[in-house]
Amino acid sequence: MKEAQLTDILLELSENAGVAGDEEGVVGLAARYFRQYTDRVETDRFGNLIAFKRGEKNGTGEQVSLAVLTHIDEIGAMVTKIEAEGFLRFTSVGGIDPRTLLGQAVVVHGRTPLTGVIGALAPHLLSEKERKKELKMEHLFIDLGLTREQALERLNVGDFISLEQKPLKLPTGCITGKSLDNRAGVAAAIFCAAELAGMKHDADIYFVTTLQEEVGLRGAVTAAYGLAPDLAVAVDVTHGELPGLSSGDVFKLGQGVTIALGPNIHPALSGLLKELAREQRIPYQPEPIPASSSTDAWAAQVSREGIPAALLSIPLRYMHSVVEMLHPDDLTGCGRLLSHFARSVDRRFVEGLACF
Amino acid sequence: MFLETLSNLPGVSGDEARVRRAIVEILKDQPLELKCDTMGNLYVRKKGSARDSRVMLTAHMDEVGLMVMAVEKNGHLKFKAVGSLDSRVLVAKRVKVGPDAVPGVIGVKAVHLQKPGERRKPFTEDQLTIDIGASNGEEAEKYVRVSDYVSFDSTFTAMGEGYFRGKAFDDRAGCAVLLELLLDPETPPFDAVFTVQEEIGSRGALVAAYTLQPQRALVLEGTAAADTPGTEREQSGTVLGAGPAISIMDSSVIVDREMLRELVHTAEAAGIPYQYRRFTGADTDAGAIALSREGVKAAVVSVPCRYIHSPHGVMRESDFHHTVALIRAWLQSGTGK
Amino acid sequence: MEALMKSLCEAYGPSGEEKEIRALIENAVKDSVDRIYTDNLGNLLAVREGPEPALLLSAHMDEIGVIVTHIDENGFLRIAPVGGVAPHLLLGQRLRFKNGAVGTVYHEKLKELRDLDWSKLYLDLGAGSAAEAKNVAQIGDMACLHQPFDSLNGRYMAKALDDRVGCAILIETARRLAGAPLPQAICFLFSVQEEVGLRGATTAAYSIQPGYGLAVDVTRAGDTPKAPLMEVSLGKGPAIKVKDSSVICSPKVRRFMMEVASQHEIPYQLEVLERGGTDAGAIHLSRGGVPTGALSIPCRYIHTASEMVDAADIQNAVKLLEILCRTSWSEGVS
Repeated sequence: MKEAQLTDILLELSENAGVAGDEEGVVGLAARYFRQYTDRVETDRFGNLIAFKRGEKNGTGEQVSLAVLTHIDEIGAMVTKIEAEGFLRFTSVGGIDPRTLLGQAVVVHGRTPLTGVIGALAPHLLSEKERKKELKMEHLFIDLGLTREQALERLNVGDFISLEQKPLKLPTGCITGKSLDNRAGVAAAIFCAAELAGMKHDADIYFVTTLQEEVGLRGAVTAAYGLAPDLAVAVDVTHGELPGLSSGDVFKLGQGVTIALGPNIHPALSGLLKELAREQRIPYQPEPIPASSSTDAWAAQVSREGIPAALLSIPLRYMHSVVEMLHPDDLTGCGRLLSHFARSVDRRFVEGLACF
Repeated sequence: MFLETLSNLPGVSGDEARVRRAIVEILKDQPLELKCDTMGNLYVRKKGSARDSRVMLTAHMDEVGLMVMAVEKNGHLKFKAVGSLDSRVLVAKRVKVGPDAVPGVIGVKAVHLQKPGERRKPFTEDQLTIDIGASNGEEAEKYVRVSDYVSFDSTFTAMGEGYFRGKAFDDRAGCAVLLELLLDPETPPFDAVFTVQEEIGSRGALVAAYTLQPQRALVLEGTAAADTPGTEREQSGTVLGAGPAISIMDSSVIVDREMLRELVHTAEAAGIPYQYRRFTGADTDAGAIALSREGVKAAVVSVPCRYIHSPHGVMRESDFHHTVALIRAWLQSGTGK
Repeated sequence: MEALMKSLCEAYGPSGEEKEIRALIENAVKDSVDRIYTDNLGNLLAVREGPEPALLLSAHMDEIGVIVTHIDENGFLRIAPVGGVAPHLLLGQRLRFKNGAVGTVYHEKLKELRDLDWSKLYLDLGAGSAAEAKNVAQIGDMACLHQPFDSLNGRYMAKALDDRVGCAILIETARRLAGAPLPQAICFLFSVQEEVGLRGATTAAYSIQPGYGLAVDVTRAGDTPKAPLMEVSLGKGPAIKVKDSSVICSPKVRRFMMEVASQHEIPYQLEVLERGGTDAGAIHLSRGGVPTGALSIPCRYIHTASEMVDAADIQNAVKLLEILCRTSWSEGVS
């Protein structure tokens, strides 16, 4: 797969809505791509998409299995109340800074998709004091241009709200848009599947696009339990470098995917990833994580008798906003590294993972 | 003394190998079955009669510490806490960095150089760095790497009349209790697990309980004591010298009422001093274990320690021995089945 | 049902001390089911046999309370919360222990009321000394709110309606289904330790391995003066949950519940609860995942001594639940 094609897939994934709990549409889109490159595509009871690619068994012993976990959901909101004047009150789904929402274009997923905007009062109407006050979700509302009666015909309490943003390719090569967290990870997994198509590898590979990561790694909890793979690699995003933020917390865009290190990660897995990256001349940045990685890898690691886990992350600026930005080189690097990893793991590797 | 050996070893959450190896070394020639999983939990089965005991005793090997997040151009190391740490205890302390235990210090601006207002504010984590004496980043990277674990550099020592001073009594004290019980021929058979990653959310215990599927579990801990000036007795949590602290509840578990009664009755019948842990906050491995599979009855008994999660804790030798005695008596009473 | 509600609400049962309330429920439901048992954590499971996959209905038995942490030389008790209890709501409130002993809560002298926290509260049993107090209560003993059940004009006010109202609804549903053939096995779960983190439902769901789950619990109401922005009101029907902090309910289960309610002209509301969780949160993540919904009774003043619900909402919840049980979930939820 060429980088341009990968970029196009990412743009397509990014443009579609898939708020945590309402991912069906974007899951269908991802399924179309995975179907081209894998043996079997299905959804589990939770709704996670599982694309299966059979391994070529070598030697004796049980077949080993690897799960690649990429969450496909995005942050968004949900209608909590329809006011007498037809304005909607809402709550966030996943972590959103309310300060990023004033004047934001949205889609309310009612009986049909409804275009709306999050209201922001003109500065003339606000006192200096009011503008300095903490902005909370409860101060915000959505304007659909409908009366309460009209609104009630078209939508309901509990309907999902997605943020509206067309992705954009910048002249510098960078990509900006919404939900690059974590459509970037999904795109990298599709890239990896394409790389592996027609190639032989020992391990059975499950590409899992998980749901509801943004509300607590929920899809990964059930997927890891259900599949019980020997190994799990999560692919997600991490914070990109910004002025004023300290090194170690943020990573440079375009300088390579990060390989996570720390208690969430089995050192043999991160070790192999680093070795492969050096061998294949794929740039990477080490990312120390002292406790929870807050990714699907955190859920997978303690599923059942424990699943050795690793985490690859694509540096991204302005996470959880509609102006997220990343560099496509990091994406291709990530996909390549992942496919080399998938081809390298075998029974012997898995058997060497118990610690003494 | 096992406690001394274990306390002196570095073993921050996720980096417990040195503690695990020391425990294996102590146990390897005994009639015990040893096993390890991919997270690093160490399972030890005390063999005896054929009956399946289904009781699991655990203590966690890990301690709170730091991780190197970045090497600065000037050779200083930026770090973050692993587990819950009050950054005020880090100021002007000596630490060991990475697998080679490279010595370093956490220094701060000399008092002379601080403005009067600055002195009144405690230092925060992002103001502190580790200095290994390197003159620049390149030199520092010869000795340490990003993601290296950092532990306190403290040496176990006896103190006063029957007191110990050292680091990581939470929970090397529990590990040492477990070792005493495993090596004692008088103690009936049971399953022991030395768990990993308790301080960052009982990660090892989740996996260990799922693997062993016990009916009942007893978690051995080193817990906070605050029998110190300025703390009201009712706020002290536990006190030194009053014996093992039996938990009634913490933020992760409501102790099984039947096990609670058994432990209290055992202590009273055997004349072993005990106290209740008069504090219901903080998590233990018992929470993760209790919710494993179909559910596990769980209780927690702790050795009280002052100044836990700091470079130097203080505990009482008598509390340690009374804890061993209580758990042994509980297992012997047959109720621990 | 009112008599049942009264006895359930007035019973003692803080999280971890559900023995008394469990016995009461067991007695009330055992004749309506094929099998009833208590598990390792104390959950009560009442089973109607039938075809798999089974439907798990859950209501929690436990209530919020306090636990004794210290007894001083004058016989005053220090306490800590069991579940989400606001310290200011306990002032002057009566509490009851398992053995029937009653006491009240007050605070040490405070400069300002906002300095109030758990370390300032004490429980007075009327004991004159530590020894007298210890005759009545020990460290580790728990107490619950002590308040009678009151029937108002079509509304009920009591402590522990969260979630004894759910327990009553499950019991009543089981009674109405007694003897009738069912399209699926049904497990009525009366769970423990919900108030401290959905703990009972976590282990019960693991052992039952249901095909579908449904939690019955209370939810907040947005119909009081300057209430939080929430559409739910008392008396407008039980609420079909869309989301709370513990779960986004399976859209298929939710649609199925809404369809059944509409078909049978049972009023319902849709609920988005910003903070709070239910057993559904634990059930839906059990093992490989369980499609799960939740039915909520709108309730004012949750976690106080005077929670308030509407009788009609309860009746409608029973009606809906009974029909849901008589309908095949494997056909309906798709």
